Amino acid sequence: MVATSEADLKTRLQIWLPKLVLSPSLAMILVFVYGFILFTVYVSMTDSRILPFVDKDGQRTFELISLANYEKLFRLSHWEISLTNMAIFAGLYIVICTVIGLMLAIFLDQKIRGEGLLRPLYLYPMALSFIVTGTAWKWFLDPGIGLENIVQTWGWESFSFDWIKDRQFAIYTIVLAAVWQTSGFVMAMFLAGLRGIDNEILKAAQMDGASNWNLYRRIIIPQLRPAFLSAFVILAHLAIKTFDLVIAMTGGGPGRATELPATFMYSYTFSRNQMGIGASSAVIMLMTVAAIMIPYLYAELREKK
Amino acid sequence: MAVATQDTAIRTGRAVRMSIYLVLILFALFYMLPLYVMLVNSVKPLSEITGGGMMSLPDTWTIEPWRKAWSEAQVGVQATGLRPYFWNSIFMVVPAVAISTVLGALNGYVLTKWRFRGDTILFGLMLFACFIPFQIVLIPMAAVLGFLGISGNTAGLVLVHVVYGLGFTTLYFRNYYAVFPTELIRAAQIDGASFFQIFWRILLPSSGPIAVVSIIWQFTNIWNDFLFGASFASGDGAPMTVALNNLVQSSTGVKEYNVHFAGAILAALPTLLVYIVAGRYFVRGLMAGSVKG
Repeated sequence: MVATSEADLKTRLQIWLPKLVLSPSLAMILVFVYGFILFTVYVSMTDSRILPFVDKDGQRTFELISLANYEKLFRLSHWEISLTNMAIFAGLYIVICTVIGLMLAIFLDQKIRGEGLLRPLYLYPMALSFIVTGTAWKWFLDPGIGLENIVQTWGWESFSFDWIKDRQFAIYTIVLAAVWQTSGFVMAMFLAGLRGIDNEILKAAQMDGASNWNLYRRIIIPQLRPAFLSAFVILAHLAIKTFDLVIAMTGGGPGRATELPATFMYSYTFSRNQMGIGASSAVIMLMTVAAIMIPYLYAELREKK
Repeated sequence: MAVATQDTAIRTGRAVRMSIYLVLILFALFYMLPLYVMLVNSVKPLSEITGGGMMSLPDTWTIEPWRKAWSEAQVGVQATGLRPYFWNSIFMVVPAVAISTVLGALNGYVLTKWRFRGDTILFGLMLFACFIPFQIVLIPMAAVLGFLGISGNTAGLVLVHVVYGLGFTTLYFRNYYAVFPTELIRAAQIDGASFFQIFWRILLPSSGPIAVVSIIWQFTNIWNDFLFGASFASGDGAPMTVALNNLVQSSTGVKEYNVHFAGAILAALPTLLVYIVAGRYFVRGLMAGSVKG
């Protein structure tokens, strides 16, 4: 009897073991991701200003104010500037990265000598921290010591390039640095797509007298649709998350010229003691990312089945 | 990208080819520019930079900026240089990478070889966790780390990076194990091999490449993280990226650009070395995280 129940326990354990092994990770994800999301949504409906939520006497330090934070958020000029900047930044960043990435991929696909050398050179920025590259760009674009000064000492004395200090143009320097960092990655995505295209179709079209231009326009680029979609999704979500680069290059300045939602959230939560507002901005960010990522992931996971 | 030698049907003329090479080389120069600026200015005296010589090679070579960035520069309250923060990052990265990779391997194993109802939904939940803007978890995480008493130190950051790295490591191993022949597992099961024996003796020996991908991805991501580091560990426990930012943004005294550049390279060195040694695997990780496995 004892032996059978022991064997029973063993088989039962074997059945439960896989789920048991998965459970710590699952618990962590459920608590630290989904639980925290709900918690932040809750905080966004309170008037909390700073941590902790409970004072020494166990009294809670906040009141529930339902959606007042969101109304306030969308009336703040600071938030409006962040959104406008995000629109400029994300639009340019996505388009320029896609154009450069596609062009480099097509060029590299022409049986280029030294491809093995060029490809890693285009991609290495992805391995670096935005703080590192932000530092390099910050000083390179600084009018006092960087590009402006360099060109002036080369003899073109009236040359001026002070975008990083200019309220109107500073956001474009962030675009430049961000494009520099990720366009190589987009190139790699398109190159993988190009290498997957069946050559026989191309040869057949060529026999029919299609020019290179038409070959790309009519056959190759349409076949890259999945790569375009992936590139868009990845770039869009990277754009919304952009934080380090701005901190390193401009700190959100000059003035508020380069503030983005991520920097807005950080400063309202941690330096301005307006945690409720900070939480509501984080919720808006999450909703934007979710609107892009969920349909994409859903399609990806379904396809695999 | 494995089929680099595939024959393309496109033919191009000489002039076109020349311009293609020209564009490719110009872009290579563009990508190299910041690295060149950092390297060349980290070995020259400050006066040469402020005198308009940022692009030229140094007249006088010096390793003084490197020494200063590493052990003397004013980063926190004391003038310790970046050294202690470099070690903070190491002590954060090593356990976080190890734990998240081991868990990812086990999760991938369960999700592909011990499938159960709803496993795809669970995986989807894990995968979406990779892409959330982390601003959404900053406030509760700060509260929890404070509650657990691991706020502001390395242990707290290890926990954070394990949790938010799990989705990616699980993704890698899941996609890798998905194409591993399930018959082998069933056969071993019939022979009486246990859950862990199968993992240990059958899957693990062939997991080398994907383990490298996962380790490199996690290493690069965690080393380069700034948001969590800045939110939860800004003092003595700060990681390298936060320390570098403090160094560069500090508004007291003369701006020592050469020291900033040397510091930036110090912060970049570990991930750059990994990229040079095993860039292939890094790119694989990047691609698996975007297109599909």
